[in-house]
Amino acid sequence: MKNVKTTEEIALGIRRRVFEHCMRNNGGYLSQACSAAEQLAFLYNEALKLGDPTLPMIPPPFGGVPSAENTTYVTGAGYNGPFEPQYDRLFIAPAHYALVAYATLIEVGRMAPEGLEMFNQDGSSVEMIGAEHSPGMEVHNGTLGIGLSTGAGLAWGRKRRGESGEVCVFMSDGEVQEGQTWEAVQAAAHHGIDNVWAIMDVNRQQCDGAMDSVMTVGDIATKLRNFGAVVAEIDAHDLTAMRQAKATPHEGQPLIILANSSPTKGMEFLMRRFPRLHYVRFKSDAERAEMNIAIAAELGIEPIKLGEH
Amino acid sequence: MEMVNRPYAAAFESYAVKNPEVLCLSADLTSSCEIDGFRDRHPEQFLSMGMAEQNMLSFAGGLGLAGFRPFIHTFGVFLYRRPYDQLMASIAYPRRKVRLMGFLPGITTPGGMTHQAIEDISVMRTIPNMTVLETGDATEVEGIVEAADSIDGPVYARVLRGSVPRLFKDPMKVGELRVLSEGSDVLVITAGITTEEAMRAGGALAKVGVSVRHLHLNTLKPFDAKAILDHAASVRFGVITLENHLIAGGIGSMTAEAMAEAGMGRRLIRLGLKDTYAHGGSKPYLMRYYGLDAMALVKAIEDLTGQQTGIDEDALDSVRVDAVHSAVKAEAL
Repeated sequence: MKNVKTTEEIALGIRRRVFEHCMRNNGGYLSQACSAAEQLAFLYNEALKLGDPTLPMIPPPFGGVPSAENTTYVTGAGYNGPFEPQYDRLFIAPAHYALVAYATLIEVGRMAPEGLEMFNQDGSSVEMIGAEHSPGMEVHNGTLGIGLSTGAGLAWGRKRRGESGEVCVFMSDGEVQEGQTWEAVQAAAHHGIDNVWAIMDVNRQQCDGAMDSVMTVGDIATKLRNFGAVVAEIDAHDLTAMRQAKATPHEGQPLIILANSSPTKGMEFLMRRFPRLHYVRFKSDAERAEMNIAIAAELGIEPIKLGEH
Repeated sequence: MEMVNRPYAAAFESYAVKNPEVLCLSADLTSSCEIDGFRDRHPEQFLSMGMAEQNMLSFAGGLGLAGFRPFIHTFGVFLYRRPYDQLMASIAYPRRKVRLMGFLPGITTPGGMTHQAIEDISVMRTIPNMTVLETGDATEVEGIVEAADSIDGPVYARVLRGSVPRLFKDPMKVGELRVLSEGSDVLVITAGITTEEAMRAGGALAKVGVSVRHLHLNTLKPFDAKAILDHAASVRFGVITLENHLIAGGIGSMTAEAMAEAGMGRRLIRLGLKDTYAHGGSKPYLMRYYGLDAMALVKAIEDLTGQQTGIDEDALDSVRVDAVHSAVKAEAL
């Protein structure tokens, strides 16, 4: 698809959409938009080679889970384009970033804004925790740590088939607490799977709070290198650095870009909530109103009209 | 009785070489699962995944997404206890054509609790989209590769290894149970290694006039409730299930569910592990100790019919005994 906006514009648009959504719905995964907006904008607008969407701009309702009887079942991967050998594939490993991913699909013209109105509504495919059938999703990643393994398996298969398209896994740093992540890195390295790469949102936050208070993970870059990955470390909000990191040679090894991010980037007012940023809820109407005015100003928009919803 | 040495090894190789989309995965139990020869002769179709089952299952899901049909080889217990989440999310939910080859089912290993898959059927059969198969002799082991690969979705198979008796001439057909005898007193339902036990008791029971109807199952899910109910309705005293598994959740439970749903007020005796773990030992020892053998079946039949048969151990055919460390075993574990 032809790029209509700059990646910077898309990143800002993602933050604005997620902010508006959280304001109207009395909370949500707001901090993830702060930390990951540039990464998802970069993936969809620059890094990934994707074909035109194959599914309706307005997502169809939930069509049932996979079963032998459900012959019309499709995943949400069609929003990323068709499965063709030359196209890349994307897994959103931390599926609770779905809201941010949906906002990205809208910003890059792959889903209609109406799609976000269906978010977390009963009977909708636009689920809160991205499911296989949710827009832009291809596999279930709601249990953290399984995404990279699946991506490595798909990449091995694509390489065996001689397909030029790569497999990209968007990851979160909390996943390095899961043993499976390390199993995946060692397997990808052992089998020389170099058509898989990952970008990890290193925001140092997890559900309970700051990662260092929950489970110290140490030097992620050194650990990943020791397990056999090529690692590039960047500022997650520096797109020039992101482009350079993607170009890092990694023949015979997986590439993992550690994108060191701020969980409040673009919405510094959220620092008042630190370190409980995983899911931002408003404690009172007054707090909601105050946040609405302050963050809207940071994002360069009018405060969200809350009365409409 | 004909004993067949390592029937899986030859069956897998001959099938896989004809089907390039079949991949052979192993988690450091390659010779133990009889695929060492395949690894050596067909390295391009073999993936060593190391001792990392969680990654292996999700990775296999990814291979399935790429259009391959991975056969995962390890002990049955390692396919679902540790990587249960990965089994659900990466294989079962999306209906990947992953073939989970579970070796050493139930008490067929001297490895004790950590190695004995005694609740695998109960776990696997409750997973939506999963098909569950079990091999009971060398012919079924020879047929399990093609049978598993015929399934449009994920499959879990209980596979026998090493020296395996040949009980059947006809190849296994998914969904078709075997009627081994058509008696009218008692219905006996078995699968896997318990079929040989029931056959061992069969001769002695016939001599004393007990008429046994014996069914052997190789397809546990889908469970052919209708066929089993038809057979159950044609015997005088009731039904006995004998399984190399806990009596909860396995063949006994499936039979009970079928009988209850049909409103069939017949007695059912479930033989198997009764809410207990097993420990390490030889197969004949464990089968006797936990009541999975021919003698246990005879006693259950006496209970069901209310008649003593007078059958003792000596009256049963001699037990087939494998030395735990015999040459035909791939290795001790």
